[in-house]
Amino acid sequence: MKIQILGTGCAKCKKLAKNAETAAQELHLEYELVKVTDIQEITAFGVLMTPALAIDGQVKLSGKAPSVKELKGLLST
Amino acid sequence: MDHQTDEDMTTEGTAQRNFLSKHLGVKIGLFLIVWFLLYRQLLPLARFLSYDLIGLQLESHLGSAVEFFLYDTPKVLMLLILVVFGVGVLRSFITPELTRQILAGRRESTGNVLAALLGVVTPFCSCSAVPLFIGFVTAGIPLGITFSFLISAPMVNEIALVLLFGLLGWKIAALYFVTGILIATIAGWTIGRMKLENYVEDWVREMQVNQAAMPDNRQSWEDRVRFGIEAVRDIVGRVWLYVVIGILIGAAIHGFVPENFMASIMGKSAWWSVPVSVLIGIPMYTNAAGIIPVVEALLGKGAALGTVLAFMMSVIALSFPEMVILRKVLKPRLIATFIAVVGAGILLVGYLFNLII
Repeated sequence: MKIQILGTGCAKCKKLAKNAETAAQELHLEYELVKVTDIQEITAFGVLMTPALAIDGQVKLSGKAPSVKELKGLLST
Repeated sequence: MDHQTDEDMTTEGTAQRNFLSKHLGVKIGLFLIVWFLLYRQLLPLARFLSYDLIGLQLESHLGSAVEFFLYDTPKVLMLLILVVFGVGVLRSFITPELTRQILAGRRESTGNVLAALLGVVTPFCSCSAVPLFIGFVTAGIPLGITFSFLISAPMVNEIALVLLFGLLGWKIAALYFVTGILIATIAGWTIGRMKLENYVEDWVREMQVNQAAMPDNRQSWEDRVRFGIEAVRDIVGRVWLYVVIGILIGAAIHGFVPENFMASIMGKSAWWSVPVSVLIGIPMYTNAAGIIPVVEALLGKGAALGTVLAFMMSVIALSFPEMVILRKVLKPRLIATFIAVVGAGILLVGYLFNLII
């Protein structure tokens, strides 16, 4: 599973990356976490608000940094 | 919204869900009553603390400064919590994607007004100004309408309105709201008329964005209430320090700066004070929470309302960091036009209010 965190490095982006990492570890997933910080790449995903999270190239959420619990739900579906 | 599948999470999740969802309306009602009762006690409490408990002299410099601080800080923070919560719940309905859908295909003028109004309620942070700009422009929303949105979103926001209401009364808050929307509408419309599409960076125009489908935004009321609570935690957690520092400075001005001191510098008679205020405001970067308590104190010392309003708008709407962010998608000439047009609008507002009030 490829988890991409889209964001230019604001406080919320860092929180999202950290929470996603924790969630993936707690679920014992085989994953690769990539931070996409280039603005051109981010906009190519079509998101309007950062931070956003994409799983295998598909945007799953944008504009918020949810809790580890909520992210676990997102990652396990 | 996602539905949890993990086993222990489901039980934990439902437990929390039940706690909030049980008598959701009753809980919110109770919260409002407690809030209101507490709010009404603030002034007597501040007076008791500063004059009876600390024993300061009534009408003394230090006394009035301490009272101002002890009354206004909790008042503004309480108002912030209430309004940020309400706006947070409202915003759970309005995603930027929805705003884009509403604005796409609108004609100019009505589109400009709509964009300025939606800028107030759509969730926005200057850090995502660039993806938002590109998302709007590639969806075929005219440049001028996009700018109306980008001007009003940071300038007319719930934090500024709460502070103005709490510190200066509803009339000035309403005045700020109306003039802010007007500037955003007219400035955006003007930029649209100038046909500056060529001054958007080339890579943006060549960009092929796959328009992501509207994400499913069906949520339960519990989720929306939780979204509101989250907004309070996030926003109030971020700005409370600015509020306290701002009110501290305001309190110092209140207590120690002589009456009419500001009249000669920021008063009506000094015609040059409006442009100077706007110019000083551009590089200054603070949010509404920090600047409005200071502005309130300046008004009390003889500064003219128009001048002060212009200063405040310039500080909030024309910020240097946002220009740096926007420079990635706009060529310098378009940035300069943006600053000039918005600056001119603010100047006009400043002179207008100095003239009529």
